[in-house]
Amino acid sequence: MAKWGTVASINQTGAAIRLPNFCNLGVMLRSLLAVNVLLVAGAMIRAPSIEGLWYEFLLFAALGEPLLILSLVALCIARPWLHAMGYLGAIALLALFELGVTWVFFHFTPDLALFEHHPMSYSQVAFLVLFVTAVLLAYFDLRARALAPAIAEARIQALQARIRPHFLYNSINAVLSLIRSEPRRAERALEDLADLFRVLMADNRTLAPVSKEVELAKQYLALESLRLGERLRVTWRTETMPGDALVPPLILQPLVENAVYHGIEPSEAGGEIEIDVALHAKQLVMELKNPFPGGGRHSSGNRMAIVNIRERLQLHFDAEASMRSEVKDGTYKVTIRLPYITEAPA
Amino acid sequence: MLVEKDVARILIADDEAPARARLRDLLDECRESFPLAIVDEARNGREVLDVLNREKVDIVLLDIRMPEIDGMEAARHIAGMENPPAIIFTTAFDSYALKAFEVNAIDYLLKPIRAERLLGALSKTRAGPRVTREALEAAANQPRRHLSVHERGKIILVPLADILYLRAELKYVTVRTAQREHLVEESLTHLEEEFADVFVRVHRNCLVARTAIAGFERNAEESESGWAVIIKGTGEKLPVSRRQHHVVKQFR
Repeated sequence: MAKWGTVASINQTGAAIRLPNFCNLGVMLRSLLAVNVLLVAGAMIRAPSIEGLWYEFLLFAALGEPLLILSLVALCIARPWLHAMGYLGAIALLALFELGVTWVFFHFTPDLALFEHHPMSYSQVAFLVLFVTAVLLAYFDLRARALAPAIAEARIQALQARIRPHFLYNSINAVLSLIRSEPRRAERALEDLADLFRVLMADNRTLAPVSKEVELAKQYLALESLRLGERLRVTWRTETMPGDALVPPLILQPLVENAVYHGIEPSEAGGEIEIDVALHAKQLVMELKNPFPGGGRHSSGNRMAIVNIRERLQLHFDAEASMRSEVKDGTYKVTIRLPYITEAPA
Repeated sequence: MLVEKDVARILIADDEAPARARLRDLLDECRESFPLAIVDEARNGREVLDVLNREKVDIVLLDIRMPEIDGMEAARHIAGMENPPAIIFTTAFDSYALKAFEVNAIDYLLKPIRAERLLGALSKTRAGPRVTREALEAAANQPRRHLSVHERGKIILVPLADILYLRAELKYVTVRTAQREHLVEESLTHLEEEFADVFVRVHRNCLVARTAIAGFERNAEESESGWAVIIKGTGEKLPVSRRQHHVVKQFR
């Protein structure tokens, strides 16, 4: 699917772009919803009265739902081969598959009540199945095309999620203060700053290993502790982190920056930022906690970063990733969950 | 205003140690062409006011973004002093503040600060007028967290949360806390606008803190609306005017 706007997918004759990723939870949910809406529509046409609607729907569902679920499972398993075939080939195979499965259902299930009072021939049912399949494919194709510009946009968004100018100028100011007294530390700080900006200027459309994200956040925090000294305390818990897990780039650093800006800087005594990255049940879970001094000053910038990250998560993972934030007992907590993958999906 | 050849007494205010160190270095460079002495350093607005209460200061180099009491609020308290020091704001980046400063003709220095620009700003304090309270008020985008009382050349801060009510009396406004009363030279209308969330007007001359309202009482003799508001803690009863009678309904 086009959401992986990578070089790899461009080489794959477009099939990967136009065929949905049937293993994706969002695609499955959308398929289920669309098919059921169509079944209701069909039942409405066949029902003699409004009371008969539910009965007709059940009849359709008895045939439709198993067919749909079986198809989705098969399509998920066959995904690599389908993608290798090109879009038209894949569609042709899909149509044959649907016809075949329908035929099997039609002939080997005990007399479906569906055909008692308004008998339907195999060709009628086959036509309906093909029609529904075509509608769904057209929908996913359109959706992929509609999202394609959004994916190009993702890079710009990543740039917008960039470091606050406030941070840049304060850091340069801090480095300037060190040049005379502690040239070594000044060198270190400039190196960190260069690394940070290398990532910011990079093409951020492809997923990056989480270990790199953590490294980046650490460099960022090193610069901040230069300015804030003992006011900034950080605890990392990354022992069980799978370093190879892929995440959208610049997903952690903006959150850490928020934590410093809203949680540490407004407080005289400073505070502690806790960052956990771990694997839970095939999900990569990132959790970030910081003190919440309240007062609600500077909250609009915070929301921008959160919205931005949420959008990028959705672009890359659809319904399979989530992000939650809450304030509890004077602590602000953000939790991001995303599927644990180690190679970019086709 | 400083007389030429006088040594300017300077206070550095910034919450970041490296930023203070940088300013010290730069001031050292300016010293030859602009005689100066660094009186002290402050890490937030409260420390700034403490130093001003203790020492004679001619110029404050004031960072805008500081914890607790920020530079903007500190400046507003300073501007109420009888002989306020000159204020030079410093900031790394704050698009809102900068726009407001431009509009209200308030000087500031952008970090990282250059020695030449710092020298320029220092020299300007000899000639130019002090930044006014009105300009600062117009430039500020959030209410203060304290009111400042100026008593015998000292600044006393009254936290907003401690205030029970404000009552206008001739030229002054009486600020009532659980412990005592203070006088501030401000207008009740301005205070009402700035702290609309905190106070509610019960009378032409009186604003009561929403959290200080214990209840209402029928009190036909002293008040024209027939109601008085009871203040939490002190038990004082203040008349509610007929025009503000809706407040009684709103809180009951």
